[in-house]
Amino acid sequence: MKAFTKLDARMAPLTMANIDTDQIIPKQFLKTVEREGLGKGLFYDFRFDEQGVEKTDFVLNRPEYSGVGVLVAGDNFGCGSSREHAPWALLDFGISCVISTSFADIFYNNCFQNGLLPVVLKPEEVQALMEEAKGGNHVVTVDLEAQTVVSPSGAAFSFQIDPQRKAKMLQGLDAIGETLTAAVDIDVYESKRALSEPWLERA
Amino acid sequence: MPPMSGKTLYDKIWDAHVVAQQDGEAILYIDLHLIHEVTTPQAFAGLRAAGRSVRRPDRTLAVADHNVPTEGQALGVGAVADEEARLQLQTLERNVKDNGIEFFPMGDIRNGIVHVVGPEQGRTQPGMTIVCGDSHTSTHGAFGALAQGIGTSEVEHVLATQTLRQKKSKNLRVTVNGTPGPGVGAKDFALAIVGAIGTAGGTGSVIEYAGEAIRGLSMEGRMTLCNLAIEAGARAGLVAPDQTTYDYMMGRPASPKGAAWEMALAHWKTFFSDDDAVFDREVVLDAADIAPTVTWGTSPEDVVAVTGNVPSPESFATPDKKISAERALDYMGLTAGQPITEARVDVVFIGSCTNSRIEDLRSAAAVAQHAFLNGRLVAPHVRAMVVPGSGLVKEQAEEEGLDAIFKAAGFDWREPGCSMCLGMNPDRLAPGERCASTSNRNFEGRQGRGGRTHLMSPAMAAAAAIAGHIVDVREMMA
Ligand code: SF4
Repeated sequence: MKAFTKLDARMAPLTMANIDTDQIIPKQFLKTVEREGLGKGLFYDFRFDEQGVEKTDFVLNRPEYSGVGVLVAGDNFGCGSSREHAPWALLDFGISCVISTSFADIFYNNCFQNGLLPVVLKPEEVQALMEEAKGGNHVVTVDLEAQTVVSPSGAAFSFQIDPQRKAKMLQGLDAIGETLTAAVDIDVYESKRALSEPWLERA
Repeated sequence: MPPMSGKTLYDKIWDAHVVAQQDGEAILYIDLHLIHEVTTPQAFAGLRAAGRSVRRPDRTLAVADHNVPTEGQALGVGAVADEEARLQLQTLERNVKDNGIEFFPMGDIRNGIVHVVGPEQGRTQPGMTIVCGDSHTSTHGAFGALAQGIGTSEVEHVLATQTLRQKKSKNLRVTVNGTPGPGVGAKDFALAIVGAIGTAGGTGSVIEYAGEAIRGLSMEGRMTLCNLAIEAGARAGLVAPDQTTYDYMMGRPASPKGAAWEMALAHWKTFFSDDDAVFDREVVLDAADIAPTVTWGTSPEDVVAVTGNVPSPESFATPDKKISAERALDYMGLTAGQPITEARVDVVFIGSCTNSRIEDLRSAAAVAQHAFLNGRLVAPHVRAMVVPGSGLVKEQAEEEGLDAIFKAAGFDWREPGCSMCLGMNPDRLAPGERCASTSNRNFEGRQGRGGRTHLMSPAMAAAAAIAGHIVDVREMMA
C-alpha cells in the first residue's frame, strides 16, 4: 500500500449525494481477475453514454480536470455493496483522496486498507470546496500529518481521523504491512517449528 | 488468581500457533493454506501490486474445483465454455506457476474439491492450523486441525505472511452420546445438531464434537460432521484425533513416514481436551433420538425427521421466525403440515465436500443396487447425478464398480468438482426445480436461481432419486 502524507492535486466536484459503489464501478467491471485497470470503469455510466461515447460535459471528462487527484463529493459517498473494487478503481484512476460530509462504513474501512484517504469535513466546508473546485484554479493541498485541507484560495479546514489509522496511512501500512512489522517473530516461530515438527518441512 | 483449569483442544492448537499479539489481535501462524481459482486472483494481484511474494509456497496447495465443468475435463481449461470460469482457471495456473506453488490442475487424478483433496493427500494433519478461501474449510477439523474459511483479503494476508490476524473464539462442546439407529449417519447428526442449536448457535465459537457416537464415526463421517459446523454459525469444528485418525493418515502421500511418523504420532497425541477443561457452553444430544434428517426450508436449521411433517409458521416462537418460515414455505412450494415425504423431487445431487467421498458413494450405491435388483430405476421424471469429490475417489469408485451400479440404475456419473453445490459451473437448477442434495447449503438460489434444495445424506438422496420424492431410506431398504 502506498503511503499518504501530503498531496497537492487538482480536485473535482461531484455534487451528488449517495453515490454508491455500483456507480463508482459498475458490475460489468467486476469480472476482472486484476486490481489494476479498473480506472477505465470508474463512474462508467457517468462518463460514457450507452454507445460508449464519452459524455464531454461530465466533470471528470473535462480537460481542466485531467489528472485529478482529489474528489469532493456529496453526502454518504460509497454506499451500497461492499465491493473493494471501488477504492481500487478510484486509485487506478489517480484519485487518492475523497472529501465528503460522510462516507458509508464499509467503503470507509476499505479505503484505509488500500491507501485512499477519506476526509470528512463539515457541510459548509465541503460546500466552499465545491465552489472553488468549479473555478479556474482548483489545486488543493491535503496534509494528513497536519490533518488539514487547504483550498486554492488559502482557506484551511482541519479534519479528524483515528490516530492508529493515521499512523498506518502515513507509513503506507496495510494489515499485511502491519503484520510484517513482526516479521522477526514469524521467522523465529518458523525456525522453532522446523525443529519440533520437521516432517512438515517440504524440501 | 482463579485456579488453573485444563485446556480445550482448541486452546491447545491456538496456543501452539500464536506468533505475537498486535493491537489486541493475535498473529496466528498458518500451517497449510489451500487455494482455488475463485477467491485468489485479486489476492495475487494485490501481492504483485505491493511487490510482495508468497512467503511459504511449500505450505500452500492449489486445486481447480469451484467452477470446473463436470464433464470433458480432459479437453483442458481452454475448452471451458464459461468465459469467466476459464479466465479464473487460467489465472490460477499462472499464479501458481509464478509462485512455485504445488497445483493439481483440472483433469489431474489428484485434483478435486479442495476439502476432499487435502485429507486424501495427507496434507491435512492433527494439530494444524488450516485456511482456505471457502467457508466449508471447517471440514478439516475432523482431524483435530483448526480449519477456517477466509475472505480474499485474508487470502492475500496469508500468502504474504503465512499468518492470520485474529481474536480468539469461545469453546463450545457438542456431545453426541449413544449409538445411532440403522440408516442414520454423520449427515443426520450434522443436520440434527444445526437444527438443535440453530444457525447462530455456534456464533463466535469453535465447536468440539465429542461423545461415543462421534468416536464411532469414520474419518469421512467426521469430515461430513465438521463440514456443517459452519452452518451452525461456528468459526470451526473439531474432533480430537484418535486411532481412527491415525489409521486414516497412515501411508498417505504427504503423511510422515518411518521415524518421522513416530515423532508426528507422539505430537498428534497431545491434541485433546483436558478432563478439567472448561467450555463456555455445552450441548448434549443422544444419537438414538436422531432419525434420517432432511431440510424443509431455506436455512440449514430448518430440519425435520423424514418421518415428520413440514412445520407450520405458527409453531415458531418469534414473529421474525414466523415470517421467515412463511417465506421459506412459499419459496419451497410446500404446505404446512404436509408429510415431508410428499415433496416430489426433480433433481438429485450426490456430491460436494460434504458428501462425495468413497463411503458416501458406497452408501448411495448400496441403495441404487438394492433398487435395481428389485427392478427399480431412478424415477423417470428425475435427473440424478453423482459427482465424486476427486479424481482418486472417482478412480476407486470405478474399481469397486460403483459407477456401473449408478449408471445401470439411471444416475449420471460425472467428473469431480464442486458442481451443483454452488451452481457456478453449468450444473444448475432451473427456477422452481426441487433437488434432493447431499451438499451443505439450502439458501434461496444457492443451486440456481429459484431452485429448491433439500439437504440430506447420500443414502437418502439416492432413495429420493428412485422414489421420485423424499422417502425414508429405511423403508426402501427393508
Ligand atoms: S463443494 Fe461447495 S462448499 Fe464445498 S468447497 Fe465446493 S463450493 Fe465450497
